[in-house]
Amino acid sequence: MATLVILIVVALFLTAILTGGYNERYLERVRQNWLWEWITTVDHKKIGILYLMAGGFFFTVGGLEALLIRIQLMFPNGKFIIGDTFNQLLSMHGTTMIFLVSLPLLFGLMNVIVPLQIGARDVAFPFINSLGFWLYFVGGLTLNLSWIFGGAPDAGWTSYATLALNEFSPGPGVNYYVLGLQIAGFGTLMSGINFLVTIINMRAPGMSYLRMPLFTWTSFVTSALILFAFPPLTAGMFMMMFDRLFETSFFATSGGGNSVIWQHIFWIFGHPEVYILVLPAFGVFSDVISTFSRKRLFGYHSMVFAVVLIGFLGFMVWVHHMFTVGLGAIANTIFAIATMAIAVPTGIKVFNWLFTMWGGRIRFTTAMLFAAGFIVVFVMGGVTGVMLSVVPADLQFHDSYFVVAHFHYVLIGGTILGFFAGLYYWWPKIFGSLLDEKWGRWHFWIFYLGMHLTFFPQHFLGLFGMPRRVFTYEAGYNLEMNNLLSSLGAFLMTAGMLIFLFNVVRTLTKGKKAPGDPWDGRSLEWSIPSPPPVYNFLQTPKVRGLDPWWLEKREGNDQMPVAEPLGPIHMPSPNHLPFLMSLSFFVSGIGFVFHSLAVGFMGLVGVVITLYMRSFEEDHGYHLIPEELEKEAKS
Amino acid sequence: MKKQGRQNAVVSSRKNKYRRGLSGLALIALSTGCANQSISVLDPAGPVGREQLSLIKLSTGIMTFVVLVVAILYLYVVIRYRERPGQENDQIPEQVEGNKKLEVLWTVVPILLLVILAIPTIATTFHQAKKPEEANTVRVHVTAYQYWWAFDYPELDITTANEVHIPVGRPIELMMKSHDVIHAFWVPSLGGKQDVNPGRTDRLVLQADKPGIFEGKCTELCGASHALMNFRVIAHPAKEFDQWVASQKNPVSTPTTKTGTDGQKWVGQNCIGCHAIENAGYRIKGKTGPNLTAFSKRTRIAGVLDNNEQNLKAWLKDTQGIKPGNRMPAFDHLTNEQIDAITQYLLQLK
Repeated sequence: MATLVILIVVALFLTAILTGGYNERYLERVRQNWLWEWITTVDHKKIGILYLMAGGFFFTVGGLEALLIRIQLMFPNGKFIIGDTFNQLLSMHGTTMIFLVSLPLLFGLMNVIVPLQIGARDVAFPFINSLGFWLYFVGGLTLNLSWIFGGAPDAGWTSYATLALNEFSPGPGVNYYVLGLQIAGFGTLMSGINFLVTIINMRAPGMSYLRMPLFTWTSFVTSALILFAFPPLTAGMFMMMFDRLFETSFFATSGGGNSVIWQHIFWIFGHPEVYILVLPAFGVFSDVISTFSRKRLFGYHSMVFAVVLIGFLGFMVWVHHMFTVGLGAIANTIFAIATMAIAVPTGIKVFNWLFTMWGGRIRFTTAMLFAAGFIVVFVMGGVTGVMLSVVPADLQFHDSYFVVAHFHYVLIGGTILGFFAGLYYWWPKIFGSLLDEKWGRWHFWIFYLGMHLTFFPQHFLGLFGMPRRVFTYEAGYNLEMNNLLSSLGAFLMTAGMLIFLFNVVRTLTKGKKAPGDPWDGRSLEWSIPSPPPVYNFLQTPKVRGLDPWWLEKREGNDQMPVAEPLGPIHMPSPNHLPFLMSLSFFVSGIGFVFHSLAVGFMGLVGVVITLYMRSFEEDHGYHLIPEELEKEAKS
Repeated sequence: MKKQGRQNAVVSSRKNKYRRGLSGLALIALSTGCANQSISVLDPAGPVGREQLSLIKLSTGIMTFVVLVVAILYLYVVIRYRERPGQENDQIPEQVEGNKKLEVLWTVVPILLLVILAIPTIATTFHQAKKPEEANTVRVHVTAYQYWWAFDYPELDITTANEVHIPVGRPIELMMKSHDVIHAFWVPSLGGKQDVNPGRTDRLVLQADKPGIFEGKCTELCGASHALMNFRVIAHPAKEFDQWVASQKNPVSTPTTKTGTDGQKWVGQNCIGCHAIENAGYRIKGKTGPNLTAFSKRTRIAGVLDNNEQNLKAWLKDTQGIKPGNRMPAFDHLTNEQIDAITQYLLQLK
């Protein structure tokens, strides 16, 4: 504590010397720095880009972890990374990919695209949007600092009590998990609420619920799932934190707690989480497939119905992760049937996608390749999901590599292919340039083949008796070949990702400038320039039907009809408080990780101070004057 | 580690069975080479595993059908309706809203398929949850420790570790407890699987139909050496099992050689705080490590090494290197003579 006080005092002195006490000009220079601009931005498009960059960074980290895991498992009796270190890799790989990669990447797309698709100028709460991002980012940072300070969490991404409790995981490891996810979870919950309010309140005139593009619909349902699924996670994390830091016994059996409760709480969150990750991807595919087939979505109403039903049923099935816990035949069969039921709306969606393409004229751009590739992978991942719901059979599948194969088919097939489809599709809208199609194709095919090569053999590994989360296996049990293939596949996927990175760098340095509507699009975002101006729509558009932009184009209009006269546009001011608030949470989190209550509470005091500052802030934003904007556009 | 099961007489007959079992699973048959199958789910050796396999086959069949239907439609659509060069400026395709009949069709057909799957699922679940006939059942108490398994036979008064012997053709009721964290008990060939939760007793009933060695694994992440928490189920014909029981009740624990006698002393000084050896004249017997009675009859050391002199020495000197994170310290302070003696003594325990 004493060291900390000294450090703070020194830091204050240094700041004073550098700024000359309180130096207006110095502050002005900071304010004009590009970094400061990104830190304080409340523009949903920029926050979207921040999500994409942070998600991309964590994707690299999680991918490297996966690669190390596959190198260790390449040959039987491997000695490359064993024991606890291996467990740290697999725990961090899972946690990173689920919480810090899949969701943020989709949030990135949602942030940029959803307001554009509903014809809004911004999200409902720009400040909270920024806060959501920074909380997610510092949460992710907290988790990954564990690699630098040593002792990463090693109890799996599910961190089952009692293994995750102090008695069996001493040291800070699981603390990083508990605190990092709490902080990131706050951010996610806020973003979810923000999207709900945005979609309910800020749709352009004429954009009724049943005229919303499917991506907006799925973002809407996803946000609702977040609203209901993240509070249980937070509650569970709090209980785990209390067990670890303050020696309570919620889950510690030695103190009369119950470790099965953790599993219930975790999966009440964890199962909907799967749909939180995959539903936005469904939306991306729906938009991409209809655009590149040049047809409206087949069975739009049943698609919407299916999304809502999947969202609802997603909450009813958590026990299918717990068939082996011994909850009894009645509980197990009820949850088995609920799980099977989800296959029905999912099937509806798959057939609707196929019939959207039926009779269309399909252009196989890279985005469409990812979407078309997805259908195959996802059907395969989906049917193994139904197989897992067959309770007695699941007693064999459970915690074996069959399950590993299943969820990678679903999550990579759904979320990651969906993200790439969306990224290639919306890249011009986000960055104003076009990703190279030729390199895009290479990226798709290598990544796609690598994916199958990695995960298809894992079905057989499971059936041949290989449990998951093991750092080695013995020779002579028919596991060698499939493990080798799987590891080779992982290298192939890595190669695919390197091609993608190359493509991104190339595009950012010398990409072709994109027109406003490069794909002959159907929804509102294509009716404005790429990248969109900061205010999105000069005048709010008037929506006359499903696929509004397509409708206008077919009637020969070259822009959307407007719903309001030209007038001053209200914009929110940039704000640095979300960043400071998240920084305080970060300090607090790190403090608690190391059992330093003083630092922990000091961070919380910082949170309270920033909350106070925000509460009494009198900044109502500013107005853009259309005449000046036009002048600017001309010059 | 040697390919243990290969020498096993059971294997060749099992291989044939495996092939027959596979005939229904064309998909899987494609990708497998043939090798030792003794941990495979596809090669069940008891009624529980067989029923589970038949459900796996049924669901694989239905799901393969679904995948094929989608794949055929998909390939047709993708090939038939792709834009060909020169078509870029052709007419826009007709904008179809949907088709009620088709949409109802692909709602109802999956529901029917799921009903076909759900009925045997429910039936088997309840059937397998039934208690077996009391009189015929062999009861075994299982305790899971971080990285090893203890097996007690309450009615026979026998304790063993990492290897559980069972008679063929009788249901085995396993009453399972955990000493520390959650583990899971899985013997793929006999059927799976049951979590072993701390603070409660979990129950699993298995049965072997033929003699043989069946590999078991822990499948719930339980710490550093989760991957190495192996055990074996060894099924004997009834008579052989009775012989085994008799030999366990009266274990031979007196050394026959001079080195062996030395070994007995060193074991007493180094090992007996944690391990127990029956009939060996030790008054204090540890209970926190595996019971070592009749150790020479075990097929493996610590569940991971074949039981021979060389491996036993290696294990004593480097337990952490072989099984990271386990509770046994390395006994590398012992001289080579002492290690030799301990090894010899342990290998004389019958």
